Amino acid sequence: MKNRSPQISTRLCHAGLCTDEKTGAISTPIYQTATFRHKGPGRSTGYDYSRTSNPTRHVLEKTIADLEQGHSGFAFSSGMAAIAAVMGLFKPGEAVVASDDLYGGTYRFFETLARPSGIKIFYADTTNPLKIADVFSREKISGIFIETPTNPIMKITDLRGVSKLAKKNNVLVIVDNTFMSPLLQLPITLGADVVVHSATKFLAGHNDTLSGLVVAKSARVSKRIGFIQNASGAVLAPFDAWLVLRGLKTLAVRLECAQANAKRIASFLVKHPSVTKVYFPGLSSHPGHSLHKRQARGPGAVISFSVTNAKKATSVLRRVSIISFAESLGGVETLITHPARQTHADIPLATRQCLGVTDDLLRLSVGIEDEKDLIADLTQALE
Amino acid sequence: MNIDTSILHGAAARDEATGALSIPIYPASTYHQKDVSVRQEYEYGRSGNPTRKALEDTLASLEGGEKAYAFSSGMSAIHAAVTAFVKAGDHIVATRDIYGGTYRFLTGFMPKFGVSYTFADTTDARKTEAAIRPNTRILFLESPSNPLLKITDLDAHAALARKHGLISMIDNTFLSPYFMRPLEHGIDLSIHSATKFLGGHSDLIAGAVIAKSVEHGMAVHYVQNTCGAVLSPENSWLLMRGIKTLAPRMIRQQETAVMVADWLSNQPWVKTAYYPGLSSHPGREILARQASGTGCVVSFEIDTLARLDSILASVKILTVAVSLGGVESILSYPAKMSHAAMPPSVRNDLGITDTLLRLSVGLEAPDDIIADLAGQ
Repeated sequence: MKNRSPQISTRLCHAGLCTDEKTGAISTPIYQTATFRHKGPGRSTGYDYSRTSNPTRHVLEKTIADLEQGHSGFAFSSGMAAIAAVMGLFKPGEAVVASDDLYGGTYRFFETLARPSGIKIFYADTTNPLKIADVFSREKISGIFIETPTNPIMKITDLRGVSKLAKKNNVLVIVDNTFMSPLLQLPITLGADVVVHSATKFLAGHNDTLSGLVVAKSARVSKRIGFIQNASGAVLAPFDAWLVLRGLKTLAVRLECAQANAKRIASFLVKHPSVTKVYFPGLSSHPGHSLHKRQARGPGAVISFSVTNAKKATSVLRRVSIISFAESLGGVETLITHPARQTHADIPLATRQCLGVTDDLLRLSVGIEDEKDLIADLTQALE
Repeated sequence: MNIDTSILHGAAARDEATGALSIPIYPASTYHQKDVSVRQEYEYGRSGNPTRKALEDTLASLEGGEKAYAFSSGMSAIHAAVTAFVKAGDHIVATRDIYGGTYRFLTGFMPKFGVSYTFADTTDARKTEAAIRPNTRILFLESPSNPLLKITDLDAHAALARKHGLISMIDNTFLSPYFMRPLEHGIDLSIHSATKFLGGHSDLIAGAVIAKSVEHGMAVHYVQNTCGAVLSPENSWLLMRGIKTLAPRMIRQQETAVMVADWLSNQPWVKTAYYPGLSSHPGREILARQASGTGCVVSFEIDTLARLDSILASVKILTVAVSLGGVESILSYPAKMSHAAMPPSVRNDLGITDTLLRLSVGLEAPDDIIADLAGQ
């Protein structure tokens, strides 16, 4: 047999497959242990204490590192814990540029924890390379934090272009790849240094576990993230690590199915009289459509859309029945969120409105239900 | 609601009290009784558990049954379904080409309690009818059968059971309710090793019985509660999590199985490929009438034992193991694994030879699976 590397769908469904040499167990064991017995003084098995490393978590960390094509992976107890750990790479006095349209939790962390600890935060429209170049020329910048597509306006940033610019200026490129997952977008191959995930979303995929992941491209950054993970301790529990691995096994079929549904729903929304704007990179009318196509394998399964007014948005949220009105995204079940009041409530009103995160905006995370049922539900909810 | 949607939003989608999208795991063994004179829904974890109930309701809705019960393994589900309806002196007619564990149960275990059996070639309803005796109580079917994927006509057998006053039951493990809903064809009970496609991730052991009528359901529940082989709350939850992706898994795995079966049937070293989706399969038309898919399991007989050894030793993408129905492709050797409990003469008679392999096709890219099989 020729040495061919298996395709991503194969690698995904083999996540954590047969990791236990001793028994041949097809499913990775859950090592629900806090500590490990030493064979003798100075004779560690390689595992000493589960905060430092745990065999189940280790399998997940290795799997995500392989999938994202980085050096090492790290699993945290939530997406925010992963972002907090990555921001630990910066010292007081250093400056970080962030996408202006950003998940509200990330914004809250930057404003209320990172900034007071002495890290300078600048926001820029990262979809415009000139704006980034402008910040880089005015300030000494150490890192850039990018969401693409952004949450919730789905703006697209050129990862190759920004990475090139960042490299020239010695800036660390961090990409939140939650909306795409490694199935659709591989930021490290496009030049990013660090990838973060809220693995709660598409990676775990069942709306039933919280987790965050970090993958670093280089050994040097990996070492620092590993130090932060162990020193600050927001590690993922063994059982949740195992559940994320289990989720990864169906990532390809889940996301492909959800994405196919999302494409049809986006076309439906565009034509609906009560819908005033649809933000979805799969639409040819989306300003980032062709750029996104160059750097990702698909538009994903999240759609944001504005309805005629805030009252209409509230009425949609009241009327949906198959679709759940809940925060979060990326699960098998379709969720609808009101960003202004939920995910992005911590962003000041003026900033929100400037970005388009208005009271009439809804965000739909499309699941794997039958598309006809979803469209029927939206039709009656939008009436 | 289409099945893809009802899988996710059917019986037990949300926790009313908190709105949680994932049903809570209730590890409780017992429940505080507010008023001893009023019987509460839950009294003791063996008799009923809210997490297990959510799973059981989901299964009942998927199979179109009135009642469903979850067990700690597929064999304990079969045990409950069978023992609910027989007593000493009764007789069972069962599909001849059957899972080895069921074979062991019917030939080794039940006779100890005075229940006898006859195996029949159920691909021909006349042969089934010929095996029925005055003391026959149960018609036990498996279709597609394990491992040769023979097809039994459900409508004809449901009619036969009604005519002779038998309880009809079928092991629906291979197709799952996504592709086949036997109760809609008049079968009384549908049984699953939920370890397989329902669970789907090769990481739990579970069984299920779904009854078309409340009366039959209550008889199964009596055994479940009396003998106690219940599914734990943790595994009930994990099984529900597996069921959430049943649709995309079954669709993709079947697509790949069709490709793999086609490829196998064109290899000179494959003597026979058994797959109900192949045009050469004798049960193809009957299956098309009673199921919406042909499943994800392919069996194939190869030319030599030496090649068999070489395949089992060289595959890298396929996992060599007992079981089936997971997201990862599993290659099994029925003679030594699933059907080891069957005497060699019986096995060979059925066609479960020493050169037969069974492949449960997973979610890998089809090219990767075929390249792995071609690499021997």
